[in-house]
Amino acid sequence: MTDVPADPAAPPQRTAVTGDKRRRGRRGRRGEQAVVPDAEFTSYYGKPVLNKPTWSARDIAGYLFLGGLAGASSVLAAGADLTGRPALAKGCKTGALVAITGSLVALVHDLGRPARFLHMLRVVKPSSPMSIGSWVLVAYGPQAGLSAVTALTGRFTGLGRAATVGAALVGPAVAAYTAALISDTAVPTWHEGHRQMPFVFVGSAASAAGGLGMVVAPVAQAGPARRAALLGAAVELTATEVMKRRMGLPVETLRTGRAGALMKAATALTAAGALLGGLAGRRSRTAAVVGGLASLAGSACTRFGIFHAGVASAEDPKYVVVPQRERVAGAS
Amino acid sequence: MNAREWVRSWPVYRQLTGEDKAAKAAAAKSRRSSGLRPRTAAADKVVKSICPYCAVGCGQDVYVRDGEVVQIEGDPDSPVSRGRLCPKGSASLQLTTGASRRQKVLYRPPHGADWEELDLGTAMRMVAERVVRTRRETWQDEQDGSRVNRTMGIASLGGATLDNEENYLIKKLLTGLGVVQLENQARVCHSSTVVGLGTSFGRGGATTFLQDLQHADCIVIEGSNFAECHPVGFQWVMEAKARGAKVIHVDPRFTRTSALADLHVPIRAGTDIAFLGGIINHVLGTGSHFHEFVVNYTNAATLVSEEFQDTEDLDGLFSGFDGESRQYSFDTWSYEGVSVAPASGQRDQTRGGGADDDRRTGDSGHVRASGRGEVHGSGGTAMEGEPQRDETLQHPRCVFQVLKRHYARYTPEVVEQVCGIPQDTFLEVCRDLVENSGPERTSEFVYAVGWTQHTTGSQMIRAACVLQLLLGNMGRPGGGIQALRGHASIQGSSDIPTLFNLLPGYIPMPYAHHQQGLAGYLDADSARKGFWANMDTYVVSLLKAYWGDAATADNDFCFDHLPRLTGSHSTYDTVLEQLAGRCKGYFLMGENPAVGSANAKMQRMGMANLEWLVVRDFSLTESATWWRDGPEVESGELATADIGTEVFFFPAAAHTEKSGSFTNTNRMVQWHHQAVEPKGDARSDLWFMYHLGRLIRAELADSDDPRDRPVLDLTWDYPTEGPLDEPSAEAVLAEINGRGADGAPLTAYTELKADGSTSCGCWIYCGVYADGVNQAARRKPHTEQDWVAREWAWAWPANRRILYNRASARPDGSPWSERKKLVWWDEAAGEWTGYDVPDFEKGKSPHYRPESGASGVAAISGIDPFIMQSDGKAWLYVPAGILDGPMPTHYEPQDSPVPNALYGQQRNPSRLAYPHEHNRYHPDGGSLGSEVFPYVVTTYRLTEHFTAGGMSRWTPYLAELQPELFCEVSPELAAREGLANGGWATLVTARGAIEARVLVTDRMAPLRVQGRVLEQIGLPYHWGPNGLSTGDAANELSSIVLDPSAHIQEVKAFSADIRPGRRPRGRARADLVADYQRRAGITDRTGTGV
Amino acid sequence: MSVDHESMDLRDLLTSDDPPGSGGYADPPPRYGFFTDTSVCIGCKACEVACKEWNHVPDDGLVFTGMSYDNTQGLSADTWRHVAFIEQRKPLGGQSGAAGTAGTADLGMPAFAKPGEQGGGARSEFRWLMSSDVCKHCTHAACLDVCPTGSLFRTEFGTVVVQEDICNGCGYCVPACPYGVIDQREDDGRAWKCTLCYDRLGAGQEPACAKACPTDSIQFGELDELRERAGRRVEQLRAAGVTDARLYGHDPDDGVGGAGAFFLLLDEPEVYGLPPDPVVTTRDLPAMWKRVGVAAGALLTGLAAAFLGRS
Ligand SMILES: Nc1nc2c(c(=O)[nH]1)N[C@H]1C(S)=C(S)[C@@H](COP(=O)(O)OP(=O)(O)OC[C@H]3O[C@@H](n4cnc5c(=O)[nH]c(N)nc54)[C@H](O)[C@@H]3O)O[C@H]1N2
Ligand SMILES: Nc1nc2c(c(=O)[nH]1)N[C@H]1C(S)=C(S)[C@@H](COP(=O)(O)OP(=O)(O)OC[C@H]3O[C@@H](n4cnc5c(=O)[nH]c(N)nc54)[C@H](O)[C@@H]3O)O[C@H]1N2
Ligand code: SF4
Ligand code: SF4
Ligand code: SF4
Ligand code: SF4
Ligand code: SF4
Ligand SMILES: [Mo]
Repeated sequence: MTDVPADPAAPPQRTAVTGDKRRRGRRGRRGEQAVVPDAEFTSYYGKPVLNKPTWSARDIAGYLFLGGLAGASSVLAAGADLTGRPALAKGCKTGALVAITGSLVALVHDLGRPARFLHMLRVVKPSSPMSIGSWVLVAYGPQAGLSAVTALTGRFTGLGRAATVGAALVGPAVAAYTAALISDTAVPTWHEGHRQMPFVFVGSAASAAGGLGMVVAPVAQAGPARRAALLGAAVELTATEVMKRRMGLPVETLRTGRAGALMKAATALTAAGALLGGLAGRRSRTAAVVGGLASLAGSACTRFGIFHAGVASAEDPKYVVVPQRERVAGAS
Repeated sequence: MNAREWVRSWPVYRQLTGEDKAAKAAAAKSRRSSGLRPRTAAADKVVKSICPYCAVGCGQDVYVRDGEVVQIEGDPDSPVSRGRLCPKGSASLQLTTGASRRQKVLYRPPHGADWEELDLGTAMRMVAERVVRTRRETWQDEQDGSRVNRTMGIASLGGATLDNEENYLIKKLLTGLGVVQLENQARVCHSSTVVGLGTSFGRGGATTFLQDLQHADCIVIEGSNFAECHPVGFQWVMEAKARGAKVIHVDPRFTRTSALADLHVPIRAGTDIAFLGGIINHVLGTGSHFHEFVVNYTNAATLVSEEFQDTEDLDGLFSGFDGESRQYSFDTWSYEGVSVAPASGQRDQTRGGGADDDRRTGDSGHVRASGRGEVHGSGGTAMEGEPQRDETLQHPRCVFQVLKRHYARYTPEVVEQVCGIPQDTFLEVCRDLVENSGPERTSEFVYAVGWTQHTTGSQMIRAACVLQLLLGNMGRPGGGIQALRGHASIQGSSDIPTLFNLLPGYIPMPYAHHQQGLAGYLDADSARKGFWANMDTYVVSLLKAYWGDAATADNDFCFDHLPRLTGSHSTYDTVLEQLAGRCKGYFLMGENPAVGSANAKMQRMGMANLEWLVVRDFSLTESATWWRDGPEVESGELATADIGTEVFFFPAAAHTEKSGSFTNTNRMVQWHHQAVEPKGDARSDLWFMYHLGRLIRAELADSDDPRDRPVLDLTWDYPTEGPLDEPSAEAVLAEINGRGADGAPLTAYTELKADGSTSCGCWIYCGVYADGVNQAARRKPHTEQDWVAREWAWAWPANRRILYNRASARPDGSPWSERKKLVWWDEAAGEWTGYDVPDFEKGKSPHYRPESGASGVAAISGIDPFIMQSDGKAWLYVPAGILDGPMPTHYEPQDSPVPNALYGQQRNPSRLAYPHEHNRYHPDGGSLGSEVFPYVVTTYRLTEHFTAGGMSRWTPYLAELQPELFCEVSPELAAREGLANGGWATLVTARGAIEARVLVTDRMAPLRVQGRVLEQIGLPYHWGPNGLSTGDAANELSSIVLDPSAHIQEVKAFSADIRPGRRPRGRARADLVADYQRRAGITDRTGTGV
Repeated sequence: MSVDHESMDLRDLLTSDDPPGSGGYADPPPRYGFFTDTSVCIGCKACEVACKEWNHVPDDGLVFTGMSYDNTQGLSADTWRHVAFIEQRKPLGGQSGAAGTAGTADLGMPAFAKPGEQGGGARSEFRWLMSSDVCKHCTHAACLDVCPTGSLFRTEFGTVVVQEDICNGCGYCVPACPYGVIDQREDDGRAWKCTLCYDRLGAGQEPACAKACPTDSIQFGELDELRERAGRRVEQLRAAGVTDARLYGHDPDDGVGGAGAFFLLLDEPEVYGLPPDPVVTTRDLPAMWKRVGVAAGALLTGLAAAFLGRS
């Protein structure tokens, strides 16, 4: 850490009142009411109570995004298969495979000991979303792979179809479990959002998959993708808003700083993608592609935003101490 | 593994088939976890050892596997430590096995730019050759017509980290070689303790032991940061606290000790005599003294000579002061009708020691006696004649009344003015002490170097002695004065000294006199009392131990083989000898003066003027590398290529790699056993000394020069063992213990003879090898003994743990109270008995009274608990033996920003000042120029580091805990000087400028002193530029100015300035200091007046 | 088996185990833990060093922080015991356990006035708190719950231990711990924390930190016995006037089911960097799984519905 900032007259910050002036100044955007009054609290030299996640944003936020994209894309792919939309099907299957491969690479890359990746399969632990997630990925990955490979090669179509259906059935779990993964931590923003997080994530996943569908499929086949994007955006934005309202103090982290910017971008991109792709994309292939990309980007921004907000909430003792203090006060 | 097994070993399988469905426990346990065993359980052997850091002497278990030390932890059997270790003790594994340990001999040729590697054997031969050459070149047969037989060309420093056996060999060999400039940390650490306690009670060691603290009802910790510097010992304070004792900490800073105390009393550094004097005044003024104790056990009733004049009469001076020599003559201080003489070296004693002009010019041309006070490490001053007593304590010239008058002006108001202690706080301390003293209760004082390291250090300790005697707290459980000593064996290195003025057992080194033989030295014919009367037996036995068969009655037992002193040859005088070019060769055996000694610059400048330097240490300390990267090289004052000093670096073996004994802070000799062989070229200091001696003796073997007789006559035939030819430390211990005519080990010093039939390397250690058994290695667990734990190791004298414990009983021999009983007279058995070994002749009845004219031990009556004193009493008033006054008197430190509020006399008039271009002093407090250095700096230690850093700054686990030098300042001072927490500050004195990180803390509080606000700055002194954790050395700021009796430096209080920012680099650093000197108007005379 | 029971079992599986006794150990020993009595801590950091020596934990970097005497800053992968230093302008309170001075001790600190200004009075309100922190070995341990590899496991002693041969450095345990204890070691990749000296316990030896502690601030023993002892100590302190004394983590009904390593503090937990009311995150996991299920179902049906349209 760096030196304790020095107010010459002040003795060392023994019980720092870190309402953090910088952040306090920027808070309270027009129209938004402060969720809680400025908190006076004590901490240990302003040091975080929690150890912040060691996960790298690129790997893990990327993983959250790609997992969602893959899972939802597999559902779209199966639907496309069943409703005779070959281009949409093929695109989504390929997309799902690429996404899930990417997410696995990210996941393994983020491990401190990548060579021990298989240790994930030592146990089955319902108490660990990551353990369950690993088994879900075990179930999903091969099916998604088979589905895509058969679609691309045109061989073993029967097997491919079964795999496609299988992947579609597991896909939503892939997209949704990551919400439990991050919520099942002590990180204030993530944990406090645990009720809405699954909906934010599946909404975001649907929006991303819809975006992908709009990009990869001709307008004629992309109807479900457009609706997915619209629906997903609606769910994501609503769920996010509810989450923010119910979160309490840590919501600050979703509104400020890097995370705040990402969340704002996410809202804008997701909404724009849904509107542009979902409405204009019906007629214009360009609008569909641009809208689709916006939806994809929006979904990614959501995941990165939430990720960073979580990290910020772990770094500032305020988000740990104040809500807990209030809880204690309320209980007594 | 077959498939089936493989599946079964799969936790999922175990999870599904076993009870641990959730896979959180048994099912998830790995194969490695199932096979885990602690390496302590897998060790081949557990070797019993003692912590090598501080003098608490915690027991250690050293676990060895495959010839490597794999773990070191506390020994639960130890009665002192009970298995606990502080961070340093806990880091012993890293200290001894870590990567910073050097394993190769290094050599820096004269003017060389870098180290070279050298073969160990070659290096040993080279050193032996240099010793022989330098000795020959600088030999002095005589000085000023007196025989001196010595060389001033060689000096040695270090010993407190070494074993007793090592110190014994160093002293023996170098004395045989005629080297007198032999010193160790004891000089800079606790020499004033020996003077202060020795002159008061008769022995210079802590009067009690750590475990006994639990019995105290009130503990005053003053001049010690107990919890930080002796953390494991502090558990006994916590025990006392848990039993309801009140704990008071008097310290300039609020420390980790204060945090656990009931009361913290902030005090201005250097003013403890005013504070203690205030309490003495309170006790005397309110009649709260323990009358029966005082009358019977102290010299309160003794009448003082009519000629005596007090500081009351002479505005801060006692009678007998000679302004020219700055010394007192003791004549007027003596008792009525008695001439008080030193136990030995009588003429030396009465001449005093003290500052002499030649020291300043560096010309030690005259025979002077110095450091005499330390002789009282065991045995007080001798007297001739019968002192007169007034048991009513009413006679105006009885000590009691003299004392009362002397302290009358130390009122609460004065205490407040001088010390900055609010009156109500002061009175609270008075109350606590008085309430917790008396027959039913006892209070204990604990101090360390917060008291010793002042120009009035010996007297600060004396003040506590006076107070404890008045309160009747001596020799009793939970009472006494706990001197917390420093290094693992610093007590040992005073007892078996590597000190210029002492021979083993506090026998004084002889001074040069015309035709003085052994008899004259012993002054054996004079009628003297107490155990010191048997000194002839101690001395002769020592000479027999040194020179064996060569020592005969006919040749005065080789008494003339001993080199003679001619003045002070303390480590600080040696520095001047080096600067003057007279001292050419220097051994540093486990000491780092380039960081640890006062005025570090002078230390380095002295070394830069040597022909050769031998450094023995674990890693490359600043004292080993100053010629390439010292501050003077950085500033351009010295250029490496110009420095002709040849430097040898020898890697030292650690405590786990050698056997030997350490003497802890409570005189307890504890053996540590070798666990493994040292690696590479690392060797024990015992090995080094023994083989160096062998090589030198071989080189001189054919010499018929009488000058070489002392070294050739030495008994030097220790058996060696093991692959490295390690001399047997037990054989050395046996020699220290002593042998009878039949060669069998002696059991007590009372068996020693003056006829040459016994030999004994250190009479006070006689008994440590009783019955041929290494008593220091005794390890009966404390759980299997009473609280005194007498069967754990061995303590001198005679395995006593609480000294003067006869005083724990009334004059009639019965305990003062049931609650505080320790030793008592068993009338039926006709002997003294109790929990501790009685510090009294076992069969001497309390009703015994000596016949008039009795001498020696027989002159000690049944009510004289202080058996080493010539009158058997403890001395409230010291008529001789301490050089700056019979009673402690407050003087300001050498560099003080304020004037002395008590007397016109500003400073201790007989302090030793050493004016030198690198050792300038500050203007008198209150006088013009003193405002340039407005703050008081005090230097001290932190729990996480050790002394000059050699054992902590290279140790990562310790280094990370306090990674950089910092200074502690109050928020007020920070605001005033613009210092930012975590930022940098520069501290400046007339000697140097250093930079330190700033720690702003409420723990430093401004004081109100004489109507002004006075800020103190805290500065830990552990740092230097080498190692992992680095910083400037605090001792760049301190000056060489010494307590007259002990020659200890004043590093606990000196004025300074502080300013924000880093210090200038290169030349500009010296310019800054010069600028301050100019602004303060400092000249070579500043601060040197009486 | 009744439905009820079934769901309870499931809940157990999802959330937290129930140490000790269960866990599939035959004949488990009693649960062991720490009671750290900070009122007798001298801030010596022997516990930090002893832990590092025993466990070969690397040093944590040399950084001067300016935070009183704390230069290791907090628990981390390379600091498993951490001693906090808090300087406060608050009265000390009689610290001694027995009679001694009850009530507030006047520290005799001089006035808090600018140099040169009027002094006088006393800076009597000052105290220096020190406290050695460690992994709490929670009854309901989030780190252990979320560990996907089974690297973290509950030992037969009821302690929570990372197995260095298993951990793959997924990092999940790090944000899961509500106390900020466990962390990943950068150059090694794995997660590390106090093992409560699992190896030593197995051989009947006391943990290294507790053994070293000079003042017995760290007390090791059977948890039940420690809780009783701690209760007595708090009462004793309060009776002696230290009204601030309180226990932290001793209560089996708290958010983590009680800590295996609990503390006697002299101020609010957050003053020491501890969370005031930590809750094991997996307490909410059943709810989370339920909602994940609903959301996944919604995703499936929602996307299926997207195919209902005509275009
Ligand atoms: N951790 C650790 N332990 C050590 C050592 C170490 O370096 N580190 N060194 C060992 C050695 S060699 C020694 S000698 C001992 C020393 O042990 P201590 O004497 O306890 O050590 P210091 O910190 O030098 O000084 C003690 C206290 O004296 C205070 N003080 C300074 N000036 C005055 C004064 O004028 N009056 C009063 N009343 N107090 C004053 C200081 O603020 C400091 O708190 O410790 C031994 N133990
Ligand atoms: N300003 C200021 N100065 C002070 C003090 C102060 O309070 N303030 N305190 C003073 C006091 S009390 C003391 S004791 C001194 C201490 O000052 P020093 O004694 O100079 O300091 P240490 O670092 O203890 O040096 C001892 C060296 O011995 C080495 N050593 C350890 N064991 C062995 C061994 O077995 N053999 C050999 N050959 N070497 C070994 C260690 O590595 C270390 O480098 O400092 C004094 N200086
Ligand atoms: S340094 Fe002193 S207190 Fe610490 S373990 Fe060693 S002997 Fe004990
Ligand atoms: S304190 Fe944290 S690391 Fe320790 S057991 Fe509890 S959750 Fe796990
Ligand atoms: S980092 Fe290691 S211990 Fe932590 S959850 Fe992952 S596998 Fe388990
Ligand atoms: S119990 Fe062991 S691992 Fe845990 S902090 Fe103490 S020494 Fe370290
Ligand atoms: S070892 Fe004990 S006294 Fe020292 S810091 Fe740790 S808990 Fe406190
Ligand atoms: Mo010392």
